[in-house]
Amino acid sequence: MRSYLNAVRAVVWKDLTAEWRTRENLTAMLVFALLTVLIFNFALELDIQAQESLSAGVLWVTFIFSGTIGLNRSMAAEKDRGCLDGLLLAPVDRSVIYFGKVIGNMIFMLLVEVIILPIYSFLFQVPVFQPGFLLVVLLGSIGYVAVGTLLATMVIQVRTRDILLPILLFPLTLPVVIAAVKASQGFLEFVPISEISTWLNLLVVYDLIFIAVAFMVFDYVVEE
Amino acid sequence: MTDKPRLLTILDIFTVISLLIAVYLVFFFAPLEAMMGAVQKVFYFHVATAWVGMLGFMVAALAGIIYLRRGELKWDVVSFSAIEISLVFFLVAIIMGSIWARPIWNTWWTWDPRLTTAAIVELIFAAYLLLRQGVDDPERRARFGAIYAIFGSISVPLTFISIRLLRTIHPVVIGNAEAAAQGGFNMDTPMRTAFFFSLFAFSVFFADLLWHRVRLGNLKNEVDILRMNAYAEED
Repeated sequence: MRSYLNAVRAVVWKDLTAEWRTRENLTAMLVFALLTVLIFNFALELDIQAQESLSAGVLWVTFIFSGTIGLNRSMAAEKDRGCLDGLLLAPVDRSVIYFGKVIGNMIFMLLVEVIILPIYSFLFQVPVFQPGFLLVVLLGSIGYVAVGTLLATMVIQVRTRDILLPILLFPLTLPVVIAAVKASQGFLEFVPISEISTWLNLLVVYDLIFIAVAFMVFDYVVEE
Repeated sequence: MTDKPRLLTILDIFTVISLLIAVYLVFFFAPLEAMMGAVQKVFYFHVATAWVGMLGFMVAALAGIIYLRRGELKWDVVSFSAIEISLVFFLVAIIMGSIWARPIWNTWWTWDPRLTTAAIVELIFAAYLLLRQGVDDPERRARFGAIYAIFGSISVPLTFISIRLLRTIHPVVIGNAEAAAQGGFNMDTPMRTAFFFSLFAFSVFFADLLWHRVRLGNLKNEVDILRMNAYAEED
């Protein structure tokens, strides 16, 4: 168990080091997320009345879109110059690579969220700093990245790579988006927790099921 | 090359007869619904085609699991054949639902759980076909297709539940007391007969189409192998 965790940590560390050298992936995700917020601001005329009901949706669309960019880049980097083949040669269980990549992608997505949320809160006076809201952000991101990492690993081996990931990913992650938006909205509008708990349960169930299934099928995705 | 199996020809004929009987039962045997009139006849085909769409999806996911376990390409053929057929049937179900909804709900479309889920299922089918198109290696194509079908079959019920938690106006005809308010109705015996026969006829139709499509897929695989061998001999 310990060597397994060490191997996962090594994969995560490799991703973080590589990203730290250029920071291009994270920068791209962040700038894209800011631009999305900006466009929404004008497209939906986010004044104080409107943003109360729309903030949750705007935030999640922003996270998801910038998340797709991050997922695509993180796996495409593995395909360049045969890095993935090198990783697969490592004498560890294949699922190590999956969990390593998931955690790496999670860190990038959470970093973007950690930067976007205060900015959004500053611009629109939205009370995002509540433990419940942050928990929703975490749970939603886990589900999204767990499915996204697996599909991204698949997509880099396909001819039409970059355009295909969102097409595959969005319909599958719809339950996460619905539950996350509803739960976030509940927290932002200070709805009693009993009305939000269903959505939280749904998020937890989705995360658990998809992590388990992805763990089971990952071998088939990277098989040669 | 194999000839068309005798049993398949029998199934073809049986399918045509079943469909004709279903049409007869729906239009001449089942009575006109008191409130909705003739447009209610859509219901018999709408439910049957939607049922076949879901059936195909389940078959595809199951065949996908079997493919991943056994690695035999024939299961992959079953899986994507079922999805291709389901894609068409589900589209027909959605269009017929719209035809019914226009006079009854006074709109072609609402964002009700079943309607939304149906739309998502169509998009998943489309994504599945796009994914397959981008992969040249048949084994990898089969593996990716199987995984995506399995993921889809898990995600779709969760989508349905999550939208259902919001709100629904779609009538639940079987086993629902408040159905009338949503455009539902109680079926009397001839209606029931027509309904269940129509379900049966479309299931047979699905089996027949699936068999044909699987046969076509297998023949295509054989042709591909023969062609590869021919190229190999030329070199």
